[in-house]
Amino acid sequence: MDRRKFLKSLGIGMAGMTCGGILAPGRLNAKGVVEGKEFLGILIDTTRCIGCRSCELACAETYDLPIPDIEDDSVFEKERRTTETQWTIVNRYKTDRGTVYAVKRCMHCNQAACVSSCLVKAMKKRQEGPVTWGENCMGCKMCAFSCPFDKAILEAHSPSPRIRKCFLCWDKRLVKGEIPACVEACPTEALLFGTRRELIEEARGRIYQYPDRYVHNIYGETEVGGTSVMYLSAVPFEQLGFRTDLGTTSLPELSTGFLYAVPIIFVLWPAFLLGVHRATQKEED
Amino acid sequence: MRGKQASPEKRTLKDFITFIIAELKPRGKIFTPFNIISAPILALGIILIIYRLIYGLGTVVAEAPGFPWGIWIGFNVMVGVAFAGGAYVLTFVVYILRSEKYHPIIRATILNGFLAYVFYAGAILLDLGRWWNIVNPLIGNKFGVNSVLFLVAWHFLLYMIAEFLEFSPAFAEWLGLKRIRKILRSFTLAAVIFGITLSTLHQSGLGALVMMARPNIHPLWYTEFIPVLFFVSGIFGGISMVIFEGTISTRVFGYQLTTDFRRSYDDIVLGLAKTCAAVMFVYLFLKALVLIHGAHASLLATPMGYWYLTEVVGLTLIPCILYLRGFRDRNIKVIRIAAILAMAGIIINRCNYVFIAYKWFVPLSERYIPSWQEVVMALTIVFAHIWVFRWIVHRMAVYRKPPAWAVEQDRRGEKKALEVTL
Repeated sequence: MDRRKFLKSLGIGMAGMTCGGILAPGRLNAKGVVEGKEFLGILIDTTRCIGCRSCELACAETYDLPIPDIEDDSVFEKERRTTETQWTIVNRYKTDRGTVYAVKRCMHCNQAACVSSCLVKAMKKRQEGPVTWGENCMGCKMCAFSCPFDKAILEAHSPSPRIRKCFLCWDKRLVKGEIPACVEACPTEALLFGTRRELIEEARGRIYQYPDRYVHNIYGETEVGGTSVMYLSAVPFEQLGFRTDLGTTSLPELSTGFLYAVPIIFVLWPAFLLGVHRATQKEED
Repeated sequence: MRGKQASPEKRTLKDFITFIIAELKPRGKIFTPFNIISAPILALGIILIIYRLIYGLGTVVAEAPGFPWGIWIGFNVMVGVAFAGGAYVLTFVVYILRSEKYHPIIRATILNGFLAYVFYAGAILLDLGRWWNIVNPLIGNKFGVNSVLFLVAWHFLLYMIAEFLEFSPAFAEWLGLKRIRKILRSFTLAAVIFGITLSTLHQSGLGALVMMARPNIHPLWYTEFIPVLFFVSGIFGGISMVIFEGTISTRVFGYQLTTDFRRSYDDIVLGLAKTCAAVMFVYLFLKALVLIHGAHASLLATPMGYWYLTEVVGLTLIPCILYLRGFRDRNIKVIRIAAILAMAGIIINRCNYVFIAYKWFVPLSERYIPSWQEVVMALTIVFAHIWVFRWIVHRMAVYRKPPAWAVEQDRRGEKKALEVTL
């Protein structure tokens, strides 16, 4: 091997390593708590919900969404899903223990799939706990595709669509030190706002105190690695339209294995290919 | 054949412009059945694309809450990239393993791969709600380095450049740029090595993309091995595309084929069929392993199970057997049927991950079914690819022999390389 060849090979190798370094993804943030601050969240006690839909109204007023007619009971006939203009939705369920109302909205996962799948970091898990959205979004809908709760929704009928979902009032109220509008509006304290740790303690306390009233499980404590919005219920969660097959692993962990392999392949593959190329070189006849 | 090609090295700008204008004019018959079908679809599709880019996604896309991706991602992007896999597989065989046998089809395959990335990766733009922000992950308006999609986006861009470099000598020959061709030719090996590395990563990356949606993907399709399965199926999908494309091209562009090409073409197809069968066997083995390991065999007796068997047995195992038989009996016809079946299998496989086996529990009435506009636009992308491919093949040395000076240049280059080594 002469000098020029050596330098050439070295150059290709170095280029590979540099690119590997640049293109290799960084580590996922595996901690539930960022920089010492605790995540805030909402505990929803479905045994206390009376289906008044005050939360829907408060949400719409805070974010200038179309005002819902909360006197109209016909909306309960069908299980509704959140849309780009309705970020929090009260549904009615027929269960073993009679009629139960449950409010559905973005769960603000601790390690959210939408956040880690976003290629421009438009979806962001704030230090305070809410998952928010930014204008640099491309609208690729990767977040919507990955969301296990179907809550990241891109406005369909807009030439400049945004991701619309519950932001836990982060920009409108939390930054001013106020609590989310839905929690404030709830007349029965079915919604409780606090740090995630406090909410879990409170939820456990209620279960211990009234063991017959609740199923002994907090939905969102461990689902997909834990969420900032959590639920208490008198009936098994499947009866309230919740998915109970989500598992306890956070979804971003599912693709970390692949991401770790990327820099390795980026460095080893070119070297291997160059080696094979040299090895197959024919001598002059 | 074409006097223009023999133009001297030094030309004025005016000559150059006249040359380009002359080349832009269509060649061959205009009213062919293919043109009569594709031209109106292209015209309508282009109007729809402009309309959609101005007025937003909701104006053309079927409304199905919970199904964010449709055929543009499932068919155009995912399938398009898998079918473009032939380019990196063949560059590996020809430039790394130095198999001269497949040299005659290498340029057509690279060109096809390059155009596939331009058009099918370009199809992402159609599906972006805020498409003007597509440059953000590239210019650093936040680098989402944790995202698999970030990796895929960068790889698409870099791979397009690598593919262009691999094909660029043909451009230089067309324009008669001898010195530039020599420089471009020297980039080929680096571009090939870089291209194969990128392909390995983003073919599997497209699989890793859907992994975070585990709760939404039917257990028969979800496995930790999705990236490996995507990588392996991209190999036989790509080779099947090469066989299929060759079938059509050898007829349409028959007038430019050299006698050498004609003589060796059957052997090339037989070799590809054998490779395909082997790769498909690996894929089926992995599929079986995943099925047994996941203990999902009981799900096979459900409607989704039958759909799974259609994909794995009907459109993977059967073409695998057909490839083997075609190879054994030297029967090109059987191999072509196998290629078409294998391609159908890839289409169904990719669409399964994006909208068919995705949220399988949603009843049919609420499922995503593409609108006619989406279908027209998806076809527009395919036809645009074919039109540009045809335009280039008619003008550049893709199937035909490169000009004599280029052959001489390569021969001298190889000789020099040997002298340096020895």
